[in-house]
Amino acid sequence: MSSVLHNLVMFWQALPAGWQLTLRSLAGIVAIMLPLILAVAYLTLAERRIIGFMQVRIGPNRVGPWGLFQPFADVLKLMLKEVILPTNANRFLFLTAPIISIATAFAAWAVVPFSKGVILSDANAGLLYILALSSFGVYGVILSGWASNSKYAFLGAMRSAAQMVSYEIAMGFALVGVLLASQSLNINQIVLSQGGNIGHWYIWPLLPLFVIYLVSGVAETNRAPFDVAEGESEIVAGFHVEYSGTAFAAFFLAEYANMILISALATTLFCGGWFSPLQGWAWLAGTPLGFLTHTSFIWFAIKTCFFLYCFLWFRATFPRYRYDQIMRLGWKVFIPITVVWLMLEGLAIVIKLPPWFA
Amino acid sequence: MDAIRSWIKSLLLVELFQGMALTGKQLFAHKFTIFYPEEKTPKSPRYRGLHAQRRYPNGEERCIACKLCEAVCPAQAITIDSEQREDGTRRTTRYDIDLFKCIYCGFCEEACPVDAIVETNITDFHFEKRGEQIMTKEKLLAIGEKYEAQIAADRAADAPYR
Repeated sequence: MSSVLHNLVMFWQALPAGWQLTLRSLAGIVAIMLPLILAVAYLTLAERRIIGFMQVRIGPNRVGPWGLFQPFADVLKLMLKEVILPTNANRFLFLTAPIISIATAFAAWAVVPFSKGVILSDANAGLLYILALSSFGVYGVILSGWASNSKYAFLGAMRSAAQMVSYEIAMGFALVGVLLASQSLNINQIVLSQGGNIGHWYIWPLLPLFVIYLVSGVAETNRAPFDVAEGESEIVAGFHVEYSGTAFAAFFLAEYANMILISALATTLFCGGWFSPLQGWAWLAGTPLGFLTHTSFIWFAIKTCFFLYCFLWFRATFPRYRYDQIMRLGWKVFIPITVVWLMLEGLAIVIKLPPWFA
Repeated sequence: MDAIRSWIKSLLLVELFQGMALTGKQLFAHKFTIFYPEEKTPKSPRYRGLHAQRRYPNGEERCIACKLCEAVCPAQAITIDSEQREDGTRRTTRYDIDLFKCIYCGFCEEACPVDAIVETNITDFHFEKRGEQIMTKEKLLAIGEKYEAQIAADRAADAPYR
């Protein structure tokens, strides 16, 4: 047994450095992708259950104990369905669009730090990379609406194009606040600069920016109450009306992966990432509850789950915005507030307001 | 002043938090869902479900082929043929109800002078082949025999209100 292991190690060391890097990256990608897809699967179940509970009903509970196998039944159903290509659709773009959607949704995860040092790519411009990819994700929506050659899909695509682009500005400004505060574009650095207990998180000095980031995040992912791009009561399903089977599943997966990404970013950028909220409480460290002060992936997961829960909570609570109201909110409310707050933040940085900017 | 107050109110998202508090409370509220195949809602004794033909306690079939039900049926779902039996009474030779035509209005039951055709409270039934939706006399009598206790109890419960 040990000789097998030894041979494997020898084999690994014999590989050229480039190969080693490639293989290690691939392993890292798989290690992120698989749990992410599983998380998406269970997010769909959690959504149906939680929204069901909020609407005083039960939600899916038949497939497996408490409905726990429901996501797999759904996936199986979608896989077995035919991918219908509309006659007048542009075949190439029609099939490219879901791939773009899902690729950008997953690629952004490369720079998300899951725990101390657990990050696929510690890129210096991580924040820019995420902004770039979330802009690119709009193409998936626009192309799908255009390539479907259907009125409803086209309307949905136009709506979401305008909406996603407008909210990206507000979101970008909100992220500039984080950038100013941490003096870094590296997401790992941003988390590290929030070290300390819950009071050191950027959510406190940047509270308006945080709220704007979260709301823009909801709008970016086309979730209720900003889901006019899908708007099932007006334009059926919006940009993905014509999609079925696996192609539809790809859009679905991308939407939920984006939701998780927005939540994970809200955690890392505003809520101290993998830091414990009780970190640095020395008097607690000696007690049996000392483990609560440790930094770990668990804290990251808990915070992300909380924001995901908020996404579902919003959907269960708020009715869909009217389209002109969405535009008004984005351009006339969010952008001015962010600009004003950035100025105030600049002032706070100049006077070195403790504990965040000291 | 009011304008400033409403401006601050909307800026602090007061109403949004109120809405979320409501749904947050509902999350823990008692759920009213009935787990259907295991749990069922109570049914009225007047429930109009699957049809049945009844017999007298001595085993004689009640239907005397008066064809009132056939006449009253608004969907014309009932088809009856009859002949004289050896003992001189008139009985049906054919009594078909097409359940695809039937609208479950209960007029046949109201029209029947001898309480022969009744609608039971059975709701869970299905057809697998074409033609199975035609309820023949034999099928109707079989249902009547099987659920006679329930049918009689429902009629007794409803009797004071008739």
